Formats: sequence, structure tokens, C-alpha cells
Amino acid sequence: MNDDSPSLEVSGLAFAYPDGHQALFGVDLTVGRGERVALLGPNGAGKTTLVLHLNGILTGGVGTVSVAGLPVAKRNLAEIRRRVGIVFQDPDDQLFMPTVREDVAFGPAAAGMRGAELETRVREALEQVGMAAFADRPPHHLSFGQRRRVAVATVLAMRPEILVLDEPSSNLDPASRRELADILRSLDVTVLMVTHDLPYALELCPRAVILSEGVIAADGPTQRLLCDEKLMRAHRLELPFGFDPRSVTVGAA
Amino acid sequence: MGAGHAHKLFRHGHSPVHALPAHCKLAATFAFVLVVVSTPRGAVWAFGLYAVLIATVAAAARIPAGFLLRRLVIEVPFVLFAFLMPFVAEGERVGFLGMSLSVPGLWGAWNVLAKGTLGVAASVLLASTTELRALLLGLQRLRLPPLLVQIASFMIRYGDVITDELRRMSIARRSRGFEARGVRHWGVLAKTAGALFIRSYERGERVYLAMVSRGYAGSMPVIDDVAATRAQWAYAAALPVTALAVCLMGWTL
Repeated sequence: MNDDSPSLEVSGLAFAYPDGHQALFGVDLTVGRGERVALLGPNGAGKTTLVLHLNGILTGGVGTVSVAGLPVAKRNLAEIRRRVGIVFQDPDDQLFMPTVREDVAFGPAAAGMRGAELETRVREALEQVGMAAFADRPPHHLSFGQRRRVAVATVLAMRPEILVLDEPSSNLDPASRRELADILRSLDVTVLMVTHDLPYALELCPRAVILSEGVIAADGPTQRLLCDEKLMRAHRLELPFGFDPRSVTVGAA
Repeated sequence: MGAGHAHKLFRHGHSPVHALPAHCKLAATFAFVLVVVSTPRGAVWAFGLYAVLIATVAAAARIPAGFLLRRLVIEVPFVLFAFLMPFVAEGERVGFLGMSLSVPGLWGAWNVLAKGTLGVAASVLLASTTELRALLLGLQRLRLPPLLVQIASFMIRYGDVITDELRRMSIARRSRGFEARGVRHWGVLAKTAGALFIRSYERGERVYLAMVSRGYAGSMPVIDDVAATRAQWAYAAALPVTALAVCLMGWTL
């Protein structure tokens, strides 16, 4: 829609599950175009619930979500799901087609793209994550790190407005973790990254928000939040042993 | 389609039979089997001709006879059943090597054996010249209900994932000192099966979420649309049409 609207705008979002458990109590969050933001918070803070609201999988609560100016509502769902690319935590859930190529093609093909245009889209997305050579392989023959990269490609193929990553570094060995970071840094796309991996958040995201007990408890430069010991303790966030966020020089983003 | 899903039934090759679109081969195999089963069992020579037809196709597909015969072993349980028929069926009896055999039973056994073997041979040829993935696309193209095709393709994709899960559960059981030794342990195995079912069910839900997030709205997008030319259809029809001629002769002669 209009180019000056932020990639993501969440306002006053509250949600309770049908069993009565209330997960979100009025979340306000704005992510500008091209920003990389880390969404931090303890288990059970409502992070997944928030993510599932971004593309309208969960709805029916109070408040609004809009993506690049387009409200998440039933009539816009197809377009919203093209604009919001969610990479789920387990790549085996994300990669459900028999070959990598077909999986990456799934999103654009569901939107009606065919033929040479589709092939180009698939190739570009796979090249962005360095997996073009694996196009005809079945996903379960890839290593975990490769599968995660293909999972990123499956949503990049839809040219999303915002990339939402759920625990992108989980279960990755250090080399795969760094390779994924290089890929994410090279992409020209807005990123919202849900993670418990605080060093990874510091490395990749200049800005972080803390979601705790269903509200945004803090929002600021990642380094500042991680250095605030009182804040961190209050929200059950802990740095890995020996890691001092003060000692790291964060490059200008 | 690349080396992707090289199933053990499939035999890689570049014969004209391999090159035919899967839906042509499926239709031809199905028609051939229909013709074979509708041939009168008394026309013994007709079944001989069918066998020659199958051998011709196998030669065109460059499938060695040994390979085809080994695959036919799957038929054995049915053959055993056929061998029982002359002993248990009613009616006129003949003596053979001191055994009393029923004549209608012998004809019944011949009927099952001949038609079964030809049907299995045709299916083996289809499976060894067509990749699993292509077969599914062929079924889709032949307008099999899309839900059935989707279920089958998810079975292929997740078969390994679920087997792997089962293997991990078995390792976890054995690591805690459990060995299945007889009936008393069946309860534990049953609980494993139940747990596996629940895990798979939950995975199904997560996969569905991932699909919906990428624009799935009830039907799989067509990514590879293979159209068959008239010549390809004609080539594939050669087998069932010749068989039909044999069958008609079987009824009239």
C-alpha cells in the first residue's frame, strides 16, 4: 500500500484462548521498514501467540494488526500471508513437499504464479540462502542447518514485507548458526526474530523488545536491554555463562 | 524432478517407457489390467499373448527379466491361496499324483494365478519406470480426488520423519532397560504406538499451520504441469489396445 507505513503495526492486541487462558494483554509494537527487531521473553510470555496473530492464523481478540498499512482481516488474508513470511521452529513442519524446489515454489504457486516466472522466483530464493544446488533433493536428506536455510527460502520466495523467524538458531551447530546469521544480514527485508539466544539477538538485531506476561515490557536498543541486569532478571532472561554484552562492539545497522 | 525420491521400486533409466508422462502410463496400466481380468479363463493362449506383451514392454523399458521376476515375489501370498483352491473347491474331481483335485478349483486357481501375475507384472513395470513423485502427479492429473493425492504425498514426505521418531522412542525405551520380550510387554508397545499417533497428529497440526501461512486454501497449487501429446497417448495406448484385441478374440474364438 503506501510506502511510508511501517512494515508492522500492532496496537492494543489482546487475546485469550478458547479455554480461557489469556495470552496477550494489549500489545503495542511498531516495526519500521528494513528494521531487524528481536522479540525476547521467557517461555509462556505469549511470543508464539503474537506471531500467529501477525498473519491472521489467530484472530478474534481485541486490537489491530496491520502489515505495510494493510489490516489483518479475513478479506485480506491471502495478501497478508504473502506479506508476512513466518519461518517456524521445526523445519520438518515447514518443509512438507517432496522436493526442495517444490517446497520453495509452494507459496508463490498458491498465489497463482506459474511457469518461468515461478522457476526464477524459486531459483532466486534458493540462491539467497546458498541452497540452489539442492533444489531437487528431498528435504529429509538435508542436514538440519540446510533444512533451516531452505525453510527461510520458502518464505523469501513470496517476497515478504516482513520475515518472522521463530527461534532461528535453535538446534544449529555454531557454523550453521553463523551461516544463517550471514544470510539474514545479507537480506534486504524487515525481520522480527523470536529468540532465547540473546547473543544472536545482539549480533543481528539493533533493536529488541521484551514480551512478558502478555505485554511489551521493554523496547530499546538490544545492547542497552541486555546490559540492564534488573530488567533482565525481572523477565527471566539470562545471558549465557561468560557472555558480557558490554564487551561486544555492535556494528551500526 | 531430479534424483529426488529414488524409491527402491524405481529403476533409473532413459527408455521411451520412462519418458512417457506418468498419467499416460497409469491409464494404460489400468486399462490393461481391466482387459486382462475380463478375458475368459478358458482362453489359455490369450494369457500367453498377454505375457508376451508384458515382456515386450519390459524390453522397451530395458527392465531385465530377473529384476521383473524378483519383484513378482510380492505375489506369493496370493499364489498360495490359489494353490489351495483345487483342494478345497467343490465339484467334479480328477486324480493327480494320488491327490484328488477339483476341476473347477483348478480352473479357479489358474484364473487367479494368471490374471494376478499379469496384473502384478504390469504394476511392477509401471513402478519401475515411473518415479513415486511423478506417479502422484499423474494421479492428480487423472482427476483422482486431490485430498487422496495430498494424503499420499504427505505419507511419502513424512514416512521417514515418523519412522525416525519411532526409532528414537525405541532407543529411549531401551536406554532405560526395556526389551520387548513377549506378551507382557505389549502394553508398553501399545503405549508407544499411542504416543507416536499423538506426536504425528500434533505434527500434522503444525504442518497445516505452516501451509496456511504460505497461502494454502484447500488445494495444492500445480507446480509441475506435465501435458501429454497425442503421440505419447497413442504410444501408451499400444499396450491396452493390443490386449483388448486379444481379449475380444478370446471371447469370440
